Parts: sequence; structure tokens; C-alpha cells
Amino acid sequence: MECVFGLVGKGFAIVAADTSAVNSILVHKSNEDKVMVLDSHKLLGASGEPGDRVQFTEYIQKNVHLYQFRNGIPLTTAATANFTRGELATALRKNPYSVNILLAGYDKGVGPSMYYIDYIATMHKIEKGAFGYGSYFCLSMMDRLYHPDMSIEEAIELIDKCIIEIRTRLVVAPPNFVIKIVDEDGAREYAWRESIKSPDVSMA
Amino acid sequence: MSIFEYNGSALVAMVGKNCFAIASDRRLGVQLQTVATDFQRVFKIHDRLYIGLSGLATDAQTMYQKLVFRHKLYQLREERDMKPQTFASLVSALLYEKRFGPFFCQPVIAGLGDNDEPFICTMDCLGAKELAKDFVVSGTASESLYGACESMYKPDMEPEELFETISQALLSSVDRDCLSGWGGYVLLVYAALLTPTEVQEKILKGRMD
Repeated sequence: MECVFGLVGKGFAIVAADTSAVNSILVHKSNEDKVMVLDSHKLLGASGEPGDRVQFTEYIQKNVHLYQFRNGIPLTTAATANFTRGELATALRKNPYSVNILLAGYDKGVGPSMYYIDYIATMHKIEKGAFGYGSYFCLSMMDRLYHPDMSIEEAIELIDKCIIEIRTRLVVAPPNFVIKIVDEDGAREYAWRESIKSPDVSMA
Repeated sequence: MSIFEYNGSALVAMVGKNCFAIASDRRLGVQLQTVATDFQRVFKIHDRLYIGLSGLATDAQTMYQKLVFRHKLYQLREERDMKPQTFASLVSALLYEKRFGPFFCQPVIAGLGDNDEPFICTMDCLGAKELAKDFVVSGTASESLYGACESMYKPDMEPEELFETISQALLSSVDRDCLSGWGGYVLLVYAALLTPTEVQEKILKGRMD
């Protein structure tokens, strides 16, 4: 089952997600990136129905870029979160998207922030959050071990503890995870935590 | 589980002597899981008018955005703030527009009308108004709240006593409801003779579970 979780630290925000693309009992691939880099300083971790997830997150990404092209300045994280919620809310009573979102960003002057956006467009600004079956383990770990203004090392240690907990306790635990970070230097991939490496496809 | 019980909420508003208080819990949940403990359910429309929205959180947020939009337009056209009674009719109309596909939220409206007369009302998700002279309640803890308010309420309470009463009523009710709680938020608005309207906001610490 898909797990996305994240937390806000001192001057940065981290979003981690599992990387399994699953259809019923079949694992299509174990290196599917579910944390999209929206723009230079924003991350969008999404979980839910695969078609909706890719479609909706790409739609948000393109609209964020469009705003920047039109207006010359990037959207703030709060504005992006409200736009995303608006799109989900409008679609909710027509053809709803089944996508849960953790939006993390860094804004100059404001610092890092993270928004929890449900598939039914419930939005809330949070310091730590998680979606999926993994949330039952991650949220408790983070409630116990999280404190405001964590350093990057402490935060990664906590993320790793959450990943270990998911791998130990979830019956169909995803093997691999991707961790991405956003701080004043930008949004980027931080690390992969792989316990199963995808076989290399030889180029014919 | 009913759609009204998806997120969990508790709201209460009470009338005192030239003052009113509106209080809510702070839990945002997704069925059995707690997502946040600082969720805002009581929103300001203008200095003397507040609305609390219980029920499905996404619809509460959407309703609030629509209402702020409508009130801002009203302010531009009429060059004044809306009276609480008018606002209540607006909320009722907006809800009934969606009669066959409603917003799953139950509002609680509290404000000071003409002559600093406190006004409270609640309505169901279809906009059926319920005016009351003493208190109104809403949310998953509403049954407990009815009982607590009925026994604790006295007419014409001063602001300090009203604050105490509404806080105790809220906390004791949410303690009996697993879907609401994690503290309380109380807002007291008091209209005095010579001083401008005073607003007090307090966060309550109750059983955090």
C-alpha cells in the first residue's frame, strides 16, 4: 500500500514516499517516483490511484509553471496549496480525483512549510503528516520523536526509523523509498532507501 | 459511518448579557485517525460576526470561502457590514441551493446585531434555521453538548461567567465523544457601553486524546 510522509525541520522540509507501482498482486516496478518537484522550491508527494496521481500532479505542476511564466514570480507554497485544494474541491462533486497530497515548500522570508491535502480537498498546514497504511506507524513514530527545528541529520534519522517501522510491521510493505528535501537552496532528491534493486534492463 | 462523522467536530455558541461566546474543538481527524490538533472551525466574517462550521472539513472550508466572498461583495455594495440576521439568511440560501447535493456541514452563527443585541442561530445541512435565545450546538458531540449546556446555562451571564460556562460545557461534552476534542478554542465578544467591542480568544487544554 502506498505510503507518503513528511516533516518540517529547521529551514527545510522533507517528503518521503514509497516507490512501488502496484496493480492488485503484481508489482509493476519498484522505482516509481511519487514525489514530484513542482518548481525550484516545492515538492509534491502524492499517493492514490495511479492514473489520477500522475494526471493531477502534472496538471498542478504545469499550472504552477504557467503562473511563473505569466507573472514573472513563483507562487508561494501557501498559494499553491490553496490552488491545489481548489482544483480538488471543484472536481469533488463532478469527477473526483483520488489523490492524497503532501505539499512542501520553502519561501523566502517565511521559511519551510508543509500542507496536508486530502483526496476530498481537506487542507491543513502541518509540521508532520502521513498518508496510507504506513501512516498508522509513521504518525506515532513522529509524535514520539519529532520536535520543532530538527536538524537535517535528526530528521533523516527519524525518516529512516519510520521506513524501518513500515518495513517491519506492514504486511505488504513496499521495499523501496525515495526521500526528497526542500530548503533555501531548492528542492532536490536527497536519497533512495532500497532493499530491492530493480534489475537493469539491458539496452539492445 | 456517516459523512458528517468523517472528520469529527464540536461547536457551541451561547448568549450572555451584551455578549456572546462561540467555541469549538480543535481535532481534525480522518475517521479513527487524528491528523491535526489545531484545526480552525470558527471563522470571522466581520468584527461582530463569527461563523463556526461543523461536519465535513472540506465543505466547511469551501462554505467559508464562499461566505467570505459574498460578504466582501456585500461590503463593497452596501458600504457596511452584514447584520447577523441577514448573514444567517444568506447561509441558509447558499445551503438550500444545493438541496439535492448538499454541503455536508452544519453552521453555527453568532454575532452582535443592532443595539448590541447578541444573536445566535444554527441550521442543518440544508439551511433550516434554528434561532435560539440561549445556546446552539452542532457537530458529532451535539447530543452531549445539548445536555451540558441545558444544565450549565443561565440567562444574562456576564462575560467572565459566560466564558467559564461555555468552556466547561464544551470540554465535558467532547470528553464523551471520541471524534472531537484535543483541546478547545473559545471566542468571546463583548459589547460595552463606551469602549469598542472587545474580543477575547482563548485556547483550552482538555483531555488530549
